[in-house]
Amino acid sequence: MRIIDAKDVTAAVRGAFLAACIAPGEDVARALCEAEKKESSPSGREILCQLMDNNRIAAAEGIPSCQDTGMAVVYLEIGQDVHIINGNLTDAVNEGVRRAYDEGYFRKSVLSPLDRINTGDNTPAVIYTEIVPGSGLRVVAVPKGFGSENMSALRMLNPSEGRQGVLDFILEAVQNAGGSPCPPVVLGVGIGGTFEYAAYLSKKQLLREVGSINPDPALAQMEAELKARINALGIGPMGLGGDTYCLAVYIAQFPTHLAGLPVAVNFSCHALRHTEVTL
Amino acid sequence: MKKITLPMNREEIGSLRAGDTVQLTGTIYTARDAAHKRLVAMIESNKPLPFSLKDAAIYYAGPCPAKPGQVFGSCGPTTSGRMNAYAPKLFDLGVQCTIGKGPLSKEVIGSIVENNAIYFCATGGAGALISKCVESAEIVAFGDLGAEAITRLAVRDFPAVVGVDSKGNNIVR
Repeated sequence: MRIIDAKDVTAAVRGAFLAACIAPGEDVARALCEAEKKESSPSGREILCQLMDNNRIAAAEGIPSCQDTGMAVVYLEIGQDVHIINGNLTDAVNEGVRRAYDEGYFRKSVLSPLDRINTGDNTPAVIYTEIVPGSGLRVVAVPKGFGSENMSALRMLNPSEGRQGVLDFILEAVQNAGGSPCPPVVLGVGIGGTFEYAAYLSKKQLLREVGSINPDPALAQMEAELKARINALGIGPMGLGGDTYCLAVYIAQFPTHLAGLPVAVNFSCHALRHTEVTL
Repeated sequence: MKKITLPMNREEIGSLRAGDTVQLTGTIYTARDAAHKRLVAMIESNKPLPFSLKDAAIYYAGPCPAKPGQVFGSCGPTTSGRMNAYAPKLFDLGVQCTIGKGPLSKEVIGSIVENNAIYFCATGGAGALISKCVESAEIVAFGDLGAEAITRLAVRDFPAVVGVDSKGNNIVR
């Protein structure tokens, strides 16, 4: 058994969000650069150049690339041989979020849903825990902006709609979203499982490296087809026309019930931010 | 690229076309969801407003807090469509332009045409870049709303694209 102090969890979460909220990674930088070379719309190219400049300024000055530093989503992969001491794990995570958003001068965007009263420190985080083999603790910090989150969608398809139904649903979600989720976007898609598990899977796909290929050839083919068809809609960067709407589509599937075909699509803007720390 | 000084005269507004790229210099006011709700409530109860809407430019944005030494925190545009319910009332009272991101409703576009106004799209997510265009910032109302307070900004060469022009031409999807 390995002992991990809750204070170390707080420190890891704090550090991860301080890093994550500044700017997306090199994978997004490469994807924006490649997209700019292929973009036929002058205003589209101008927007893509602004985004590359923006991310460089953010990284150089240590300021957030986007003012929406998100709601804090935290994935914890906890080794089954780990024992957390000196505090409650949830409190430890929230304390890390609280410190990062205060010290980083990040926007505190979290409030009560109906009364709209801000909690003042960007807590609580949305925390997912998974028990995995081993004695490590992996923390993945995702500041999730809501311009893109708001455009996400889920539908319980009829199994008869099949693969075509899934493709049609995703294309419909993109057309409904238009310029609102700050394209160029990355789309995470979850197919199967249950109502909430499809959504969970879709969000988790946003952690994949932009430019990576799905190891499942059938899904890789579907991802490539969707990316091409979505970009061919011509919605373009910021919805102002052009060839670049999505930088990547990532799909995961999970077995589902014989009566169902859940599908969820989670939008991320180009500020696809995440950082991980392993204790 | 056209350099625009705010406020514009109405002829200048009429000369801009959807798709034109511009750089805006002058005074703009940040206001988003909660500030709009309060402004419209004040208008409906005939209370004095915290700033003059005549020829005003409203920027749909809620910034990060400024770091020490920074004039203003990161401040890209937010989704304009969430202000659809409020925008026609503000255009009717003299607002000459709004700056945001994403499409507007038919009603809002109709109001833009009626009032010879204009809608600019800024680059969503370019918060750090846009913060560099802010030369001064002063909270003018609703400081209790934090990021959603109304702030008067002096901006220089703020990059944008005309999304909806005064004739109602719309390039935003």
